[in-house]
Amino acid sequence: MFTNDSPLFQQIADRIADDIAAGTYPEETAVPSATDFAVFLHMNPATVSKGVNLLVDRGLLYKKRGIGMFVASGARDMLRRARLDEFTQRFVEPLLAEAHVLDIDIDTLHEMISQKVKDHA
Amino acid sequence: MTTAISVQSATRTFGRTTALDRMSFSVASGSILGLLGRNGAGKTTIMSIIAGQDRPTAGRVEVLGGEPFENASVLSQISYVRDNQRYPDDYKLHHVLRIAPDFAPNWDADLAAELAEGFRIPSKTKIKKLSRGQLSSIAIVVGIASRASITLLDEPYLGLDITARALFHEVLIRDYAEHPRTVVLSTHLVEESERLFDQVVIVDRGSVVLDVESDEIQNVAYTVSGTADAVDRVTQGRPVLSTHAVGGLKSATLRGLVDEQVRADARAGGAQLSPVSLQELVAAFGEYEPDATSGVALDGGEPRTPVDSQNGARS
Repeated sequence: MFTNDSPLFQQIADRIADDIAAGTYPEETAVPSATDFAVFLHMNPATVSKGVNLLVDRGLLYKKRGIGMFVASGARDMLRRARLDEFTQRFVEPLLAEAHVLDIDIDTLHEMISQKVKDHA
Repeated sequence: MTTAISVQSATRTFGRTTALDRMSFSVASGSILGLLGRNGAGKTTIMSIIAGQDRPTAGRVEVLGGEPFENASVLSQISYVRDNQRYPDDYKLHHVLRIAPDFAPNWDADLAAELAEGFRIPSKTKIKKLSRGQLSSIAIVVGIASRASITLLDEPYLGLDITARALFHEVLIRDYAEHPRTVVLSTHLVEESERLFDQVVIVDRGSVVLDVESDEIQNVAYTVSGTADAVDRVTQGRPVLSTHAVGGLKSATLRGLVDEQVRADARAGGAQLSPVSLQELVAAFGEYEPDATSGVALDGGEPRTPVDSQNGARS
């Protein structure tokens, strides 16, 4: 569940962001408290708070004083847009690079993708 | 952030044995410190001194601004249950729960009762007949329900089953979040407890060999693995903590960050680079022999000098 590749607070932030993007925590509803996350994940509460604060800084969560952390309106859209930007970088660019190495031209590539889409349909 | 515990060049000798050798570290108030290292590294010795049950032969240890030894105002704020805590022969659980508040002004009897039930500690059995795990459970109940400003937990997991260990983590975090305190926890079960720590101190042969904030752990060391030749190409001239070789295969754990030059050297021989977990780090530091390496000192200083990334930053 957790890896050594990035700091824990970053991983907890990513995890909550994933859940917001997936709609697990709808907009304008509360996310579990830092203490709940900490107890559930057996994690230092300060680490969780640090992760949660990253999402506050990005405008994805906001604090209602005395009540808790809430998912901001538009948070889901914001996350999806960020992932769309990443999509090109993470998937399209490596695909084109590999296609170039293998001398696959753009028409063949289109054809391969169309074929896969049909297979999945 | 204020300093709750300050260990200043503490040395403790027992006859010809040096248990602590100029050990230094400090713990910020309200944080959880993981005190890690091999058997005999000095973990229990320094805990006893922090708890005021022993004194350093040289150097100084301050807890909440004072030396704890025979210092009633400091001692009343410390909770320490030794891993081999002895109780009077006829004692049962309820005797411990009844006398504990005398030593712990913040004692929470309800919490203690809840924990004793959660850990399923037999109430009718004499304590001296309890199993290792049940003894550990009593130590945890006393340690957490004391709600002491300074809570010292020395190997709290000994003999505990998986369910009890999970319960311990949950209870510790919940109570710590509601009633913040400074916690020092020593353990060999690094992987299970590492997510609790704000700060990690690794000790070996009585001295601190690593003192870092948890977030920095992945910047401390890395592992390179592959054929012996490929690995040697990377380790050449770099500080090596430990190496393992089987047949023609080799892996080495190196101190420091992976930079472009490391990457290039690894690529040249086809060696793999990977991050090091805290558990692997503890094992690597435990294997480190200052004389056996290529003469490249860790961190560019004296081989046994603690690698201190946080003094000043936290105090």
